Amino acid sequence: MTPAIKIDQVHKQFGALHALKGVDLTIEQGEFFALLGPNGAGKSTLINLLAGLTRPTSGSLAVMGYDVIDQYRQARHAIGVVPQELVFDPFFNVREMLRFQAGYFGKGPENDAWIDEVIESLGLTDKAGTNMRRLSGGMKRRALIAQALVHKPPVIVLDEPTAGVDVELRYMLWEFIKRLNREGHTIILTTHYLEEAENLCSRVALLKQGEVIALNSTKNLLATISGKKLRLKLSAALPGSLTDLIRLQEKHNYTLSLQSVNQVEYVLAELRNANILVEDMQLIEPDLEDVFVDLMGRA
Amino acid sequence: MSLIDQQFRGPWTLFKKEILRFWRVSFQTVAAPVMTALLYLLIFSHVLGGRVEVYPGVPYTTFLIPGLIMMSVLQNAFANSSSSLIQSKVMGNIIFVLLTPLSYLEFFLAFLAASIIRGLCVGFSIYLVAICFIDLPLTHPLFILAFAVFGSGMLGAFGIIAGLWAEKFDQMAAFQNFVIMPLSFLSGVFYSIHSLPPFWQKVSHLNPFFYMIDGFRYGFFGQGDISAWFSLSVVVGSFIALSFITISMLKAGYKLRG
Repeated sequence: MTPAIKIDQVHKQFGALHALKGVDLTIEQGEFFALLGPNGAGKSTLINLLAGLTRPTSGSLAVMGYDVIDQYRQARHAIGVVPQELVFDPFFNVREMLRFQAGYFGKGPENDAWIDEVIESLGLTDKAGTNMRRLSGGMKRRALIAQALVHKPPVIVLDEPTAGVDVELRYMLWEFIKRLNREGHTIILTTHYLEEAENLCSRVALLKQGEVIALNSTKNLLATISGKKLRLKLSAALPGSLTDLIRLQEKHNYTLSLQSVNQVEYVLAELRNANILVEDMQLIEPDLEDVFVDLMGRA
Repeated sequence: MSLIDQQFRGPWTLFKKEILRFWRVSFQTVAAPVMTALLYLLIFSHVLGGRVEVYPGVPYTTFLIPGLIMMSVLQNAFANSSSSLIQSKVMGNIIFVLLTPLSYLEFFLAFLAASIIRGLCVGFSIYLVAICFIDLPLTHPLFILAFAVFGSGMLGAFGIIAGLWAEKFDQMAAFQNFVIMPLSFLSGVFYSIHSLPPFWQKVSHLNPFFYMIDGFRYGFFGQGDISAWFSLSVVVGSFIALSFITISMLKAGYKLRG
């Protein structure tokens, strides 16, 4: 089957800045894929290249088998991009904006039923006749997602879709996007909320300084972290013998990195010897954030 | 729906959106320029009417109207494409067009056609109001139409160039005030270049706006400062040259696609 996305040795330079350094990536159809990395890692550049907003310095990118430069019309029909910024056209209301967007893709009144469905699914029915300027931030975000879907693209790219969005809306958006994935859409997501990526995505690519430093299933990536985390709330400061284990600290609240569960007994013994009371304690499994921190620190 | 219909619908939608964009604020984009042109007409005809006769048998107020119409046509055609582009770039919503399968040529044609429509809309409105008060002949209507279409097309293309180049409203205002305004005011809207000293007559011939105004005026009165056919060839030539530059910039993704 043709991959949804095929990125081959892509380099992108902005003057002296080498934003992408030979990225190779294949995303299969139907995947829920996360593109993670710190700010400046090259995630948005990669998305812009896929969307045709930027041109690669070298290498090739294809969406559903269509080259984004040579077959840009077919490639853009196959991809819907939800941009990170809350951009909008202040002259039009939600429905007009969606009809225009569908029209750019050659879709006319026959597409109105789908537009109505998208409007309803995203909870925009009451706001369909409202000018974009008058929408709240959350509603603008929904409208942006709707705009990316009007031409029914098989591949949907969401660049930080839940940035600045309240919990209720975030939950609603993820339910909707999960439904799209179940219906066969390939979803590519960038997010700073790593727990979102962990819960939703079956595969993850980690980018650092323009290079893919890890590409694996979420399960396999989590398996690379063998240790546990121990969260402690103490009556006093941690004794000096344990400071090497500290991963996070806020006053007398500590998160310690342990090699294995056997180390818990050693930590408790040291605390007893130092006459420090444990007010609360939690043993936590490693998550994607641990993988992220570990890989970013290592590479 | 055939594939041709589908392909045509993209640029048609962009054209329609550009038309609606200015029509939604028609008080500002159509009514205001009509008002400005009529104020010019009122003041200049009051000050100079009866004292100046540029063409034999043509009162100054009548002489003034075609120039004012064409000046407004040109300024508004430029304003349409340039303001739409700079607003979309500054607001960031240009991305909605860039993400679509529209080609650079379709983008150009949609913006150009919308600029021409706005120019013609403003020009026709001024004409309609003016003929309520002044008897204006229409000697060569096809010349009038040709100069209005090619002139607004030229300025529409120029507006796209300015919109692509400018990154902030300040730069766009500079373009408008230091290029478009002087060229249009010094093009013979208010006078015949024969009233100028020989040196300034020669300088006027370097101004493409002069040919647009003079040719357009010829369409009304059947007389002008130079041959209408020569003016038309200059205007069409300038339109083709500017269109070529604009299309090249769009093809290269100048300041649009990094």
